Amino acid sequence: MTDTKPVLEARGIVKIFGQHRALDTVDFTANTGEVHALLGENGAGKSTLIKILTGAYQPDAGELLLDGQPIHLRDPLHGQTYGIGTVYQEVNLLPNRSVSENLFLGRQPTRFGMVDHKRIDALARDLLSRYGLDVDVRAELSEYSVAVQQIVAIARAVELSGKVLVLDEPTASLDRNEVQRLFDVVRGLKAKGLAIIFITHFLDQVFELADRVTILRNGKRVATQALDTLNTTDVVRMMLGKDVAFDHHPTALTGGPKGAVRVAFKGLSRKGLSPFDLAVHEGEVVGVAGLLGSGRTEVARLMFGVDPSDGGQITVDGQPVSIRNPAQAVAAGFGFCPEDRKLDGIFGDLSVRENIIIALQAKLGWLKALNRDDQVELAGRYAEALDIRAADHDMPVKLLSGGNQQKVILARWLAIDPSFLILDEPTRGIDVGAHAEIVRTINRLREEGLALFVISSELDEVVAYSNRIVVMRDREMVAELDGDAIASDAIVQAIAGTATEARP
Amino acid sequence: MTRPTVDLRPTGQPPLPRPRPLAQFFTRPQVIALAAVLLVNWALFPGFFTITWQDGRFFGSLIDVLNRGAPVAILAIGMTMVIATKGVDLSVGAVMAISGAVAATLVTNGVSAPIAVLAALGAGLLCGLWNGILVTLLDIQPIIATLVLMVAGRGLAQLITEGTIVTFSDPVLIFIGTGSFLGLPMPVVIAALLMIAATLIVRRTALGLLIEAVGVNRSAARFAGLRAGTLLLIVYTFAGFCAAIAGLIVAGDIRGADANNAGLWLELDAILAVVIGGTSLMGGRFSIPMAVLGALIIQSMNTGILISGFSPEFNLVVKSAVIIVILVLQSPLSARLFRRLPGAQK
Repeated sequence: MTDTKPVLEARGIVKIFGQHRALDTVDFTANTGEVHALLGENGAGKSTLIKILTGAYQPDAGELLLDGQPIHLRDPLHGQTYGIGTVYQEVNLLPNRSVSENLFLGRQPTRFGMVDHKRIDALARDLLSRYGLDVDVRAELSEYSVAVQQIVAIARAVELSGKVLVLDEPTASLDRNEVQRLFDVVRGLKAKGLAIIFITHFLDQVFELADRVTILRNGKRVATQALDTLNTTDVVRMMLGKDVAFDHHPTALTGGPKGAVRVAFKGLSRKGLSPFDLAVHEGEVVGVAGLLGSGRTEVARLMFGVDPSDGGQITVDGQPVSIRNPAQAVAAGFGFCPEDRKLDGIFGDLSVRENIIIALQAKLGWLKALNRDDQVELAGRYAEALDIRAADHDMPVKLLSGGNQQKVILARWLAIDPSFLILDEPTRGIDVGAHAEIVRTINRLREEGLALFVISSELDEVVAYSNRIVVMRDREMVAELDGDAIASDAIVQAIAGTATEARP
Repeated sequence: MTRPTVDLRPTGQPPLPRPRPLAQFFTRPQVIALAAVLLVNWALFPGFFTITWQDGRFFGSLIDVLNRGAPVAILAIGMTMVIATKGVDLSVGAVMAISGAVAATLVTNGVSAPIAVLAALGAGLLCGLWNGILVTLLDIQPIIATLVLMVAGRGLAQLITEGTIVTFSDPVLIFIGTGSFLGLPMPVVIAALLMIAATLIVRRTALGLLIEAVGVNRSAARFAGLRAGTLLLIVYTFAGFCAAIAGLIVAGDIRGADANNAGLWLELDAILAVVIGGTSLMGGRFSIPMAVLGALIIQSMNTGILISGFSPEFNLVVKSAVIIVILVLQSPLSARLFRRLPGAQK
């Protein structure tokens, strides 16, 4: 690191929402030429702090200093004029406009009062080449991957601001290679002397990219430290204030006796996905590893009848069943926690109670209504079993945190007394505490005899709870790891295509 | 199959306090609005609340409000469920015309009245089913899908009546539009029975919850194993059925089927009634009785302006002003303001 000096400083920031102190006298400093990670569980105050730093919120107490001078930001646009730019997880650009228009929107160079498209395109090409991006800048932004869109968003933010860059969960929807590409861009900006504030759920990325870390817990700052003095356990402990019970020793899982075959898929296929055979036993977790786009989610959708299959058979407890749609899958005792919780999982406006009983109600049919007492009893039972934290079960589920919403969906499926549960990225985008609880729940369900099929991008996690791991690559199941063969290294090799072991 | 034996101890949660339905009912913005409109009517026309008994039935402005409001109320009952699924049915006015045309044409051709009524209701069901098929199987946006029948339906009705106003003197059809039962006009009786039946059916079964779930998030409904398509078919078919009933009432009232004017623009009043009743066009939570109340608010304004001697042109302007007030009262903004008031807190 070259010599760094503070650019953006926050001193004694307090923000109060109603009764709740979202931030309690928090200090934060962003230095030039430095990546500063901001960590904390959901609700720790990360996003509130970011919103104050960028001008979206005004603090109730405390001050912001830019290059030593106090500033008062009215709104993010005002923050931008001071050189503070933000890139959000969901790219806030116009997908139906061209790349160059997105870069220069609001400040298009004009010629005789008309937008000079040629010049914009040239400028855009030039600008993006500095980020190592060679794309057709006249094409619509939506034609490109999220990674490219992120880089375009960063380029725009840096052009507009150029002092402080806030990256709010930029890697959440990127795969491994795309993350690396993004990191290269960030490192380049860091070398140019920008102060970068980096928010993420992925601890390994923090260690890879960041120089310093500030950890928030319950609205208070726990620590600000250089990362080379810390290890993962330290960071997690500071975030949670307790030790996390992550089981990194899968030896107990492997080689143990398996129950009878619960569900078997034989030659199940659909256009764009190689036919596959798979049997899942009682009390078994089959983990799925593979990069985004490897066909993981497609397999899950096929199993659950979200996309109807072109061919193949499904048997449950030895009996053939026909699954052409999710309703039939539910009737067969399947449950599915989808990857996109908000879009395909929760009913935001409905209550926690209704969200929990809805699948059982759908299975029972509209004539056999669960009365209010049944509903309260069911919701209460599963909310307690999964430790769903909601003030009351009549509140809309959209008010819960991501982790609790995920538990609500899990509760919904447990309520139908499932025989087979499919979980697609059950821990994505939820805080570390809830994360550990979901992992524990998966382990407990397995011990109780459920058959599970779990997709996850986090290898350590898959290793920790799977009896068997199926590796997917290019829309095909390419390897199956069992027993002692299960290890992160082996999976990485299989994903990369270097494993010699072929799937039987 | 082994059930995952999750802990079965009773939850630590105390039982939820039951809401007091009556107190809640009278503080709803719709109820307050209806009361306000009625009071204004009374101020403009002192005899507004007078109800007299004559020839075995009640007469008075209030009865008139109920009677005139019944067709829109009936449409609103079906429309509520459609809107709860995040849809809309623009065709109900045209379906009214079809239903009236079918009934009138049949009775004038010597078909017995009960069969004519059944045929009209059947036509309504078919129209609703058609809408449902367009929305469900062809996945056309509801506003466009039902626009088809809104335009074509009036043409169909004109084809049935062969372009004329078909008048009739069948006592059964006329009774549906103008008769009385227990002193109340038949349209009011029919609307009340339909409201009670529909409310019981959706709330005593799980239909209401399932409809709301589809409206809140159709994709999640599919993932949760709901048969969203079937529900949509049911809901649109029911809306067509309601429209057919309203069409019979209107035809019976004027003793004829006017394919051009029967139910004209009433779909908009019905949508408005549903929205005033608090059901969001974004789908989800719905209330059938509140939508009926919305229809009564609209009719109270119509009647009030009529009897107070203002020219009918005022009607539209006043109506829109009142509607803005009601919608503002329902908005999240005013909910926040109300919560600040002492006594409004839990």
